[in-house]
Amino acid sequence: MTAAAIEPSRGEAARDDRVAHRPLAARLLSRPEVGSLIGAIVIFALFMAVAPPFRNVANVGTILYGASTIGIMAVPVALLMIGGEFDLSAGVAVTTSGLSASLLAWNFGLNVWVGILLALVVSVAVGAFNGWLLFKTGLPSFLVTLATFFILQGVNLGVTRLLTGNVATADITDMDGFHSAHTMFGSEVTVGPVTLKITVLYWVVLTLVAAYVLLRTRVGNWIFAVGGDAAAARAVGVPVKATKIGLFMAVGFCAWLSGMHLLFQFNTVQSGEGVGKEFIFIIAAVIGGCLLTGGYGSVVGASIGALIFGMTQLGINYAGWNPDWFKTFLGVMLLLATIVNVYVKKKADLR
Amino acid sequence: MSAVTTDRSAAPVLQLDNVGFSYGNVHALRDVSINVRQGEVTCVLGDNGAGKSTLIKIIAGLHDYTDGAMKLDGVECRFASPRAAQAGGIATVYQDLALAPLMSVWRNFFLGNELRKGPLRTLDIARMKRICDEELTKMGVVIPDLDRPVGGLSGGQRQCIAIARAIYFGARVIILDEPTAALGVKQSSVVLRYIVKARDAGLGVIFITHNPHHAYLVGNHFVILKLGRVVLDAHRDALTLEQLTREMAGGQELEELSHELSGVDPGRVAAPAEVAPGHVESPVLNPDELAAIEREEEEEQTA
Repeated sequence: MTAAAIEPSRGEAARDDRVAHRPLAARLLSRPEVGSLIGAIVIFALFMAVAPPFRNVANVGTILYGASTIGIMAVPVALLMIGGEFDLSAGVAVTTSGLSASLLAWNFGLNVWVGILLALVVSVAVGAFNGWLLFKTGLPSFLVTLATFFILQGVNLGVTRLLTGNVATADITDMDGFHSAHTMFGSEVTVGPVTLKITVLYWVVLTLVAAYVLLRTRVGNWIFAVGGDAAAARAVGVPVKATKIGLFMAVGFCAWLSGMHLLFQFNTVQSGEGVGKEFIFIIAAVIGGCLLTGGYGSVVGASIGALIFGMTQLGINYAGWNPDWFKTFLGVMLLLATIVNVYVKKKADLR
Repeated sequence: MSAVTTDRSAAPVLQLDNVGFSYGNVHALRDVSINVRQGEVTCVLGDNGAGKSTLIKIIAGLHDYTDGAMKLDGVECRFASPRAAQAGGIATVYQDLALAPLMSVWRNFFLGNELRKGPLRTLDIARMKRICDEELTKMGVVIPDLDRPVGGLSGGQRQCIAIARAIYFGARVIILDEPTAALGVKQSSVVLRYIVKARDAGLGVIFITHNPHHAYLVGNHFVILKLGRVVLDAHRDALTLEQLTREMAGGQELEELSHELSGVDPGRVAAPAEVAPGHVESPVLNPDELAAIEREEEEEQTA
């Protein structure tokens, strides 16, 4: 073996030569976001063609708002899926968060901000509980969080009815701290012809931060590893439990952010809300290139998946189609995006 | 032959005193005593189910032992996790390699030991790729694109990544579990040379194998495990390759086997025939043999 004697400079030169063997296009095409990006462009072109109001710049704000409410949750759900786990309780956890803030503040006559902080504790604790239960029972997260989903759904209805005698919380508009909290979670900014909800800002910031964490930090490396092969990750010293529980807590944090928007947008929260949303988050992540088996995926892709949702939801309306077909349309989208993901990835990896 | 003379009076860095591992009523390891010295290659040989994997899992911090004592630098210790073993300077190359298949080469190489820079503790990707490339080039492994997922590489390439990683990070003791089992002749030779290099650098190498020829090429010290016990513990001076091979093959058992198979007439060619389902006669096994096979299987399940 002469290779051992090779000086580093030659190794460096050899590397540069070899990198050139794989064309840039192939490397770009093997990115996990590719399927969702193609999907988003197709959907955009489709509605630009068939729905005149879609071309109106003023509607950009409405479309982005729809996308942001899904995106804020799709981002942490995507991280969790890359880490190899599911959270089926993510949809109702949003409602739990909104209810906690509202009920706690109203019933104890607290400043709204105290309710908001208590809701944060509740939300992150629900995430931590999911993670803890996962390791305590050794069951798949699909089952553990399915249980949490039903538990929270019942608690949401039960506690709300117990405290208010109603299925929704009381209006908190006249309470201390409402206005500053409303500015924080429910305000909007007008930029030229476009009116942007603050959730769009949160969504973009979350996407950037999460993409940075995933691709450029040690924790991101650990997330890929615990989802790809948890045993291998543990064997080389990655703290598997802490990483996964942390991911569940991140979902909890975003559920809180989402729940606060829900509360301050409508000033009251319906206790039965949120059921079925968990699948929308998961679908956005899958369209964005996340593998159901973990260890692979993209945060940016999940956000593009959310954008596809936002465009479709309003595009169908704008085109004057019957909105009954929205779900069917989504199902087809999911199928197509996933097929494109698999196909493109295979093609790119062969090159 | 090695020019390095072993100082046998040097204190072992890692010492196992009558270590045992049991779960339920299965004793996977019993009374195993091994001394690992730095600058030496300690070969652990044994057939399938001899307890080799259990032994390295104990040293690597994946299992806790149930009897005896393990001492690092003379101090009794129990590793709570692989991270604790690594902190003690013990790096392991597992037989299943412990690589995440969908992650890129350089991310796998630095998994658990990521290099970071700047106030934001960002991954130092350029430096990690450079080091990874240098280390692999040294092993004669050419991987065109370090961003490729390791799942698409050949078994030999993956083996080399795992070994290069352990040698790069292994501070004092490196454990190699069957590193040559899946490799061709050329790649095995590279791995064996690496074992020698690691020894020369002053690492204590624990080389697990079932190939006595590979072991004898590089080993200073040989331990043979059988059914969870140490049946031979000898220094190179006290052993020839023939003895090692014979011991490894089971020594006396091999003689018994040749006796048992004496009636098979190995040169015979039978008349071609179409065999109806269930019409191949099974060999007659005595109860001792059946018990031994059962044990081997139990062992493999623990491993």
